[in-house]
Amino acid sequence: MAISQQLKEKIDRLRPNFPTTQALVIPMLHEVQHETGMVSEDSMREIAVFLQLPLMKIREVATFYTMFNKKAVGQVHYQLCSNIGCWLNGSDKLMHHMEQRLKINAGQSSTDGKYTLSEVECLGACGSAPVLQVNEDYYENVDLPMLDELMQSFSSKINAGEKYIGRETYNPEVWP
Amino acid sequence: MMGEKILTKYIAEQNCQTIDFYLAHDGYKALRKALSITPDAVIEEVKKSNLRGRGGAGFPTGMKWSFMPKNPVDADGRPRPKYLVCNADEGEPGTFKDRLIMTKNPHALIEGMVIAAHAVGAVRGYIYIRGEFFKEARLLQRAIDDARGQGYLGKNILGSNLHFDLFVYRGAGAYICGEESALLNSLEGKRGEPRLKPPFPAQVGAFGMPTCVNNVETFAVIPYIIEHGGPKFAAMGTEKSGGLRLFCVSGQVERPGIYELSMRTTLRELIDIAGGVRNGKKLKAVIPGGASAPMLTAEEIDVPLCFDAMMKAQTMAGSGGAIVMSEDVCIVEATSILLRFYEHESCGQCSQCREGSHWLARMFARIEAGKGTHDDLITIERICANMAGQTICAFADAVTGPALSAVRKFRSEFEDHIRQRRCPQKAMLRAPATDSVRGQTHV
Repeated sequence: MAISQQLKEKIDRLRPNFPTTQALVIPMLHEVQHETGMVSEDSMREIAVFLQLPLMKIREVATFYTMFNKKAVGQVHYQLCSNIGCWLNGSDKLMHHMEQRLKINAGQSSTDGKYTLSEVECLGACGSAPVLQVNEDYYENVDLPMLDELMQSFSSKINAGEKYIGRETYNPEVWP
Repeated sequence: MMGEKILTKYIAEQNCQTIDFYLAHDGYKALRKALSITPDAVIEEVKKSNLRGRGGAGFPTGMKWSFMPKNPVDADGRPRPKYLVCNADEGEPGTFKDRLIMTKNPHALIEGMVIAAHAVGAVRGYIYIRGEFFKEARLLQRAIDDARGQGYLGKNILGSNLHFDLFVYRGAGAYICGEESALLNSLEGKRGEPRLKPPFPAQVGAFGMPTCVNNVETFAVIPYIIEHGGPKFAAMGTEKSGGLRLFCVSGQVERPGIYELSMRTTLRELIDIAGGVRNGKKLKAVIPGGASAPMLTAEEIDVPLCFDAMMKAQTMAGSGGAIVMSEDVCIVEATSILLRFYEHESCGQCSQCREGSHWLARMFARIEAGKGTHDDLITIERICANMAGQTICAFADAVTGPALSAVRKFRSEFEDHIRQRRCPQKAMLRAPATDSVRGQTHV
């Protein structure tokens, strides 16, 4: 079972908000990814059964939108914007630095499953470029010293087994 | 006029995003006023304000609202519900204003949407927010819950017979969903592919029902217009583009950020207000209205940022995001980066756009790498002619904006790349900048 009962109940509570069941596909894919870190083929099948929709209606959506991870990603997913605003402020140097430090290229995950490094397009925060998204959180005006500090802190968080890595606003202690 | 602010008046203050703060600063007062007048009177006021859509197209908002059918019924004579959709899928490179509204002034957006619901007769609203905005979506949800808790959303709003509720819907990383019909498909749980128009959303929108789609900023200024009257808002701008606007400045300026200014402001003034080009460098180019707007050279920036003046300058005011590039930037590389983005984001529905954006991206990368030919410059023009205006949505036009303006206005840079078989700018960075190298760069 890839999808928890709790998640299904959460989706059931959303039903009255929309006139069709199909509108729940994207919210449900989001919830599945939030829970399991990715959207697997198995979970797509389960969503199809749960929403009583053809599997293709789930799969075509999951593959259209770049945010849905069809492959497993690391515990810490670094997503550095490489679009014009960030590039004009040196994002290429940051990417190079991250690749060296993590010993992987953009688009790859480390073999220990801890890190994934991605180059992403505009994150909508060009005024505070360069922007780095780590899991769900934004880090803005990133420079090399800040990047080193961030990467160090995420490494310690993984080692300490922290629960809300890169999900500050989801942490009930920060956001009751 | 410079000092006057509508949306950013209180953003520096603590807790400005809370409903208590908003209420203490005349929040939801405009809603009371709107509910005391007829829907038509509300639309009339918005028309008088000369408010034009802040998402990019600049369509007059009042007119858009008046396109919504009055009492739509289906083939069996049953009433069709009307929907309101807020486009918060902010992703146009260079644009980051809606995020500020949603985090610092979310109740202006909510109040604006409730007023709009009264005006067009909508029963339900959706805020389609880009998926990467996790925190912003949570803040917005909290604001909606607070508004509902105090009776500004839900049944019989403020004792009137208006029933309206609002839901947050998160996108999942697709630039094209900022196009309104792609957004509606996405809201229905489908791939975000733009629809053929007509029918327009006012007839067949979300879930097949009449729908009015507006940008975050457009909704958020509505309370001001209702409270202070359309003419006051209109007077803040130009003859045909009313009001102040949130202008985003990014790239190589001293103080990048969001500036709320009159639509009369010129691009040169905006760059000066943002502190000018960083480190005293010279200006080379500006993309004035988000990445899709054709570039302007340093000589072309004495133009007001209103929709009509920008169109006259053969570019567009777009989403109000100016991306500033200094003399150090290689235009070929900058355009190449933009085209890589468009190649990635083309939804693939129309072949001209799918193939054209891919081809252009490859060609620009090739020229940047010093492997281009003079024939490539002709091919670029030809591809663009086959893309613009030939597709279901305006995305293909958006691709040709930066591509054509770069090739036409900075032709010598392209020719230098081709002739020297390398990027002169990069070569200059590697070698000490001697006069001879400089001479080659600016033939």
